[in-house]
Amino acid sequence: MLRFIFGRLAVLIPTFIGVSIIAFSFIRLLPGDPVMLMSGERVMSPERHAQLMADLGLDRPIYIQYFDYLLNLLQGDFGSSIVTKRAVLTDFLQLFPATIELSLCAIILAVCLGVPAGVLAAVKRGTWLDQTLMGTALVGYSMPIFWWGLLLVIFFSGYLGWTPVSGRISLMYFFPQVTGFMLIDSLISGQAGAFKSAVTYLILPTIVLATIPLAVIARQTRSAMLEVLGEDYVRTARSKGLSPFRVIGIHALRNALIPVVTTIGLQVGVLLAGAILTETIFSWPGIGKWMVDSVFKRDYQVVQGGLMLIAAVIMVVNLIVDVLYGFINPRIRY
Amino acid sequence: MAVVELKTITPPTGLAEFWFYFSRNKGAVIGLAVFLIILFLAVFAMFAAPHSPSIQNREVLLLPPAWVEGGRFTYFLGTDAVGRDILSRLIYGARFSLFIGVVVVSLSVVSGVLVGLIAGYFRGRTDTIIMRVMDIILAFPSLLLALVLVAVLGPGLLNAMIAISLVNLPHFVRLTRAAVMTERTKDYVIASKVAGAGTLRLMFLTILPNCLAPLIVQATLAFSAAILDAAALGFLGMGAQPPTPEWGTMLAEAREFIQRAWWVVTFPGLAILITVLAINLMGDGLRDALDPKLKRS
Repeated sequence: MLRFIFGRLAVLIPTFIGVSIIAFSFIRLLPGDPVMLMSGERVMSPERHAQLMADLGLDRPIYIQYFDYLLNLLQGDFGSSIVTKRAVLTDFLQLFPATIELSLCAIILAVCLGVPAGVLAAVKRGTWLDQTLMGTALVGYSMPIFWWGLLLVIFFSGYLGWTPVSGRISLMYFFPQVTGFMLIDSLISGQAGAFKSAVTYLILPTIVLATIPLAVIARQTRSAMLEVLGEDYVRTARSKGLSPFRVIGIHALRNALIPVVTTIGLQVGVLLAGAILTETIFSWPGIGKWMVDSVFKRDYQVVQGGLMLIAAVIMVVNLIVDVLYGFINPRIRY
Repeated sequence: MAVVELKTITPPTGLAEFWFYFSRNKGAVIGLAVFLIILFLAVFAMFAAPHSPSIQNREVLLLPPAWVEGGRFTYFLGTDAVGRDILSRLIYGARFSLFIGVVVVSLSVVSGVLVGLIAGYFRGRTDTIIMRVMDIILAFPSLLLALVLVAVLGPGLLNAMIAISLVNLPHFVRLTRAAVMTERTKDYVIASKVAGAGTLRLMFLTILPNCLAPLIVQATLAFSAAILDAAALGFLGMGAQPPTPEWGTMLAEAREFIQRAWWVVTFPGLAILITVLAINLMGDGLRDALDPKLKRS
């Protein structure tokens, strides 16, 4: 098993280097050089320009600059924002819990609804229930989630007035951020109503972000279940007289879930891409909104560092999924 | 004397067989019909649209749809904040969405299949390098990478299409490579190699046609994904720029009116959803018809 994990880790190294090359070249591909980008509209004498280039080490050969960059990365220095002067890593660590909280809630919702829906559709295959569930799943899969979010805001926030439009918690509440997870922090704070407020702010973004993973998981579970339900061991279990609930829940579902776990793991990238749109719509202070804002503010140091950090997160999560998959399905261990 | 009538049964042509399986999926047929209607509207937009997509009529700002009180039948789906007819803009917008889909799919299919063929056919170091590069692209969330690429290239429809094509590339490379690797060692390929077929002939004429089925299905999915991604970029302000009647851009312009005029937000999104859904329904039908392993499942 350890060999398997190290094998997967070894594959990560070239990918990490590749990702760092992309993040490194990104700033250099932009029109103008970094000093001109930093100075913005201000006029600068050629001497001052040359001096700043030398100060920042930008007059050295490009490969030395890259190795410098790589060395900084390994020491945890991902650059700092041109606008706020704060370190990119500090901002990232502060904002990331908001994205994790939203993504976790979304994936939990997607699994809790998607797996039963897929199982039900497979068991009732060909009936109106199957067709309705899979039709709904296909609509969810085709949904432009930025529009879906706006619709929910119009109806639930505007028309019914049930949920707030943007942010993480009502401005009435103020407490120290211990974990960065609003649900936990609001509970720790002990303030009456704080937890409820955090939940109401979380509902709509969670539904929006969960929509596509939910549809994918439901479709995947159905096809995995259909495959398993035709297997001999399921027929044997049935002929032994086990209750349908036991046959489907224990014998079939456990094996059908193996490909579904991979699908869930693959949704991490989808979630982070979805977070960009969801967080923008709901002004959710996470890394998706942070990246979009930085692109618009032309704060390219942040974009560069953020790209690197987000890619690193996805690579690590994919590694974990791979290893977990090896645990669940010993056949693929190599 | 009895006359025996002999009926000759001709085997169904490939197209007839395809249609037999495709038409058994009712959703796919509906999807195809909707898609053809959208295609027709897009091609004949100048005749189908009641108004010009860009003329601003100052007398009818934020007019509601015809069936709502205060609406007019000449502006069936209402008007936007500067008095442009929403229906006409949506019809012209179909052109952009379908155009984006066609360009992105063509770009990523052609380059992806080529790279995938090379990786799967030659294997070895070439394959390793190609697949590592694809891993790198896949390490970024697709929309984020597209967003950053557009930031580098400059906002606009063309750059958005290039970015989305690049983000789509790894799927086609992986799919082609996997298909080529299974076909490569089969008897018919070896036979043709023994008969003296050259590398290019083996790659493009012998192996590639037998790998097409999964690629066609993936191309359909990429078509709808491209429309969604381009709309998302437009919504974020990085795709087509106003006043282009692109659906995502229209949504971005309409955002500030969500509390006052629900129709300016609702219809562009509905247009995206219907188009993408129709294409995805077709994709499901194509998979049933083209993928022998999934047939009758």
